[in-house]
Amino acid sequence: MSAVLVVPSALRAAAGGASSVAVSGATLGAVLDELAERMPLLERRIRDEQGALRPHVLVFVDGLMVRRADGDMATPVPEGCEVLIAPAVSGG
Amino acid sequence: MGDAVVLVGTRKGLAIARSDDRRQRWDVDAMQFGNKEVSAVAFDLRGATPRILAGLSFGHFGTTVAYSDDLGRTWHEPEQAPIAFPESTGVALARVWQLHVPPANQPGVVYAGVEPHALFRSEDGGRSFAMVDGYWSIPDRTSWMPGGGGACLHTVLTREDDPRWLMAVMSTGGAYRSRDGGATWTRANRGIEQRYAPEGQRFPEFGQCVHKVTAHRSQPSRLFAQNHFGVYRSDDEGDSWTAIEGGLPSNFGFPIVVHPEHPDMLFNFPLEADMNRVPPGGRCAVYRSEDAGASWSAAAGGLPAEPYHAAVLRDAMTVDNGAPGGVYFGTRLGEVYASTDCGESWGLVASRLPDVLSVRAAVLP
Repeated sequence: MSAVLVVPSALRAAAGGASSVAVSGATLGAVLDELAERMPLLERRIRDEQGALRPHVLVFVDGLMVRRADGDMATPVPEGCEVLIAPAVSGG
Repeated sequence: MGDAVVLVGTRKGLAIARSDDRRQRWDVDAMQFGNKEVSAVAFDLRGATPRILAGLSFGHFGTTVAYSDDLGRTWHEPEQAPIAFPESTGVALARVWQLHVPPANQPGVVYAGVEPHALFRSEDGGRSFAMVDGYWSIPDRTSWMPGGGGACLHTVLTREDDPRWLMAVMSTGGAYRSRDGGATWTRANRGIEQRYAPEGQRFPEFGQCVHKVTAHRSQPSRLFAQNHFGVYRSDDEGDSWTAIEGGLPSNFGFPIVVHPEHPDMLFNFPLEADMNRVPPGGRCAVYRSEDAGASWSAAAGGLPAEPYHAAVLRDAMTVDNGAPGGVYFGTRLGEVYASTDCGESWGLVASRLPDVLSVRAAVLP
């Protein structure tokens, strides 16, 4: 499966300046595993070294927010969909 | 001697101040790493090219270590995570609290003290680190508690005469010492009092909230500690500690440093109390001891006379390698001061910065 990962402005430096990146994988976990091979600096902004989504990072797959309680890494990533990364509204 | 450089890590970016070796007038670069928490900074002057290291937190997006080989004009972050906990630990890096560069007879070695409580070691000048398994394996580890700032290993000490000697200090767990390069560790907290504990439990073997430990390079077995409760000295590399608080307005504070040219001259920045973390009496004052802690007095010449209510954090006081030696501190009000006359007078290096987390200074060869 191929999809488009939409990169928030705060992470574009880690994506070589790109606002979106073509990714592939059948699940969110597979997409991020593949991203880790090609763009490790970007991937580790999204997940920690144990493979967990960082606590204040939100992921939307075709507009639906991925829920940790639902097994986030197993979330299907349909062909041609958009995977949107966003910082949660938190901090000070 | 060449140019002087001060690294000021703040809650929201890095400021670099530059001067000549007189260190009287400072120019401050534009802030870098905007909105990133710069929790640790370090100079590595051991090689032909000076290196600067910075521990950065990206807020939502994790923590890393970056380095610069052109004194902060350009920075590099390795493609692979410089510091990552092994999968077997089940935990993830939360913050880099300390970047420690050992003496020149340990080329390439850099230690990182991190949160959660762990020690990492680099052998390539800070580009990649491996966890020190011996430290993670200390049986006491499961009993260590996070301090108010987190489960932080905030201080690493090494010594020139024995590259296998290490001390790692944390809040809240206490000090531990290794004589075999980190393979095995012993507790080093005897004599440090937990003043809030019930009678009979005030001198535990570990669990104390140490805020900072330091030593002069010429006397590595003599250690000085600023604790959550108390200021202490050890003359036996941490086997035992005695209180050195006479003349201080409070025994609470975060930083403590030794003057680079005077091994018995100490500086700290007392705060009113653990439940009131502001300068006593609203007076911005460094305290100085000239007799290894036997007595203390204020060294506040040139510091603000107006009421001052900002603290100095544990890594926001430092010394340099210049001649005469310089002493520096940065406050949570975003001001950085320097003295090149043993604290007799202080001058402003930078002001109106975000709150200061970490300060390091060097006069370049």
